[in-house]
Amino acid sequence: MPLIKMIEIMCTGLSKTCAIFFLTLLFSLPLGIIIALLRMSKNFIISNIIKFFVSILRGTPLMLQLLAITYGPYYLVGISVSRNKLIPVIIAFSINYAAYFSEIYRGGIESIPKGQYEASEILGYNRSQQFLKIILPQVIRRILPSITNEIVTLVKDTSIAFTVSYVEIFTLAKQIANSQTSFMPFIVAGVFYYIFNALVSFSMSRAEKAMNYYKI
Amino acid sequence: MNVLEMNNIKKSFGENNVLKDISLQVKKGEVVSIIGPSGGGKSTLLRCATLLEKIDGGEIKYMDEKVTYYDSKQKLCYNRNLNKFRKVFGLVFQNFNLFPHYTVLKNIIDAPVSVLTMDKQEATERALALLKKMDLSGKENLYPCELSGGMQQRVSIVRALAMQPDILFFDEPTSALDPELTGEVLKVIKQLAEEKMTMVIVTHEMAFAKAVSDRVIFMDGGVIVEQGKPEDVFENTENERTKQFLKTYYSNAY
Repeated sequence: MPLIKMIEIMCTGLSKTCAIFFLTLLFSLPLGIIIALLRMSKNFIISNIIKFFVSILRGTPLMLQLLAITYGPYYLVGISVSRNKLIPVIIAFSINYAAYFSEIYRGGIESIPKGQYEASEILGYNRSQQFLKIILPQVIRRILPSITNEIVTLVKDTSIAFTVSYVEIFTLAKQIANSQTSFMPFIVAGVFYYIFNALVSFSMSRAEKAMNYYKI
Repeated sequence: MNVLEMNNIKKSFGENNVLKDISLQVKKGEVVSIIGPSGGGKSTLLRCATLLEKIDGGEIKYMDEKVTYYDSKQKLCYNRNLNKFRKVFGLVFQNFNLFPHYTVLKNIIDAPVSVLTMDKQEATERALALLKKMDLSGKENLYPCELSGGMQQRVSIVRALAMQPDILFFDEPTSALDPELTGEVLKVIKQLAEEKMTMVIVTHEMAFAKAVSDRVIFMDGGVIVEQGKPEDVFENTENERTKQFLKTYYSNAY
């Protein structure tokens, strides 16, 4: 098979890889904030339950979590596995990444000086105004480099979706490699992930620069 | 009328009784300075008055309205709507606590607009007028990190004033500043005193306290040791503890 044909076939998986990437970010970034806030709750029971779940999500392979969410319902309650694998893939990725993001958010929130809370409290901001207007923008500025790190990992982790036969780029590469007994498809996939991440790094450093207008 | 009334306030952190039965009343237009050694409870008193710390016993009232009360079981309770009282007072912090991600103007107008629902145009005009008064014209679009400490503190005073408080608290407003910058901040506070702004100032600047206050309170060990007119406390005190404190203070000032 000529190289150009390989690339053509693999490009059909491009939209699916992008779907995993963007949908995971869309759900996990806000979910991470909610998890972080629950984790920091003064309620001992809530914070410990969350702590436990986060430790499970961070302490077991994403691949295992993906298999559990895709096939778990069938083995547990006999619900047949849906043909559309996108839903379980997005659920597994979003929850897993939200767990990682939540710890980054928590570190960021805890690094904001107490004076920022006190000043906004005195001025009469309510709790949600205080968080959304005063605290969160400063948190995002501080944690952006760590978030970039996770996003770069996410680009590569999208390939894990091949374990449930979700036909993204890596799954296609593996199929072509098997049928053609060629290593070439994997090199093409590698180049693809590299370019994707170069774009991610570029846009994140632009975002970091854009937020650098003030000193902390 | 008393703007602020604190009666028999008690506050402890664990075993440490920081405020032991302290009472403080502040009349409209009065300027009260609180002096005393570190750890004497000055800042804690201010933090209790501004609701940043909860008292263990006693009573707080603003404009004759109770912030705290005792329920039928004699348990101390705070009024549910504390934001109502937060509109009555403002606080200027030792280390400014400006919002670093907002410009000077946004620091000043954001709370009036989003908390008091003031018209943005009106808030901006008022802010610019206050900035001009504080000798900060032209700084409105800068970020706090681009200003000197003295300017930052003056912006934080404007931010507090923009909420149109009935009483303004200062927690050691010049302690975080280089000596050459304290003057500009003290000048601004003095100007407010001349305009009959009700103020409570915790300070280590004795000459300033003497010049600006209607009443000076000397606090030590969680109690008010002595209070009175500035000349009585600074020059004619009979109290041994006050004498000792002032003596140490002046001998430390090279």
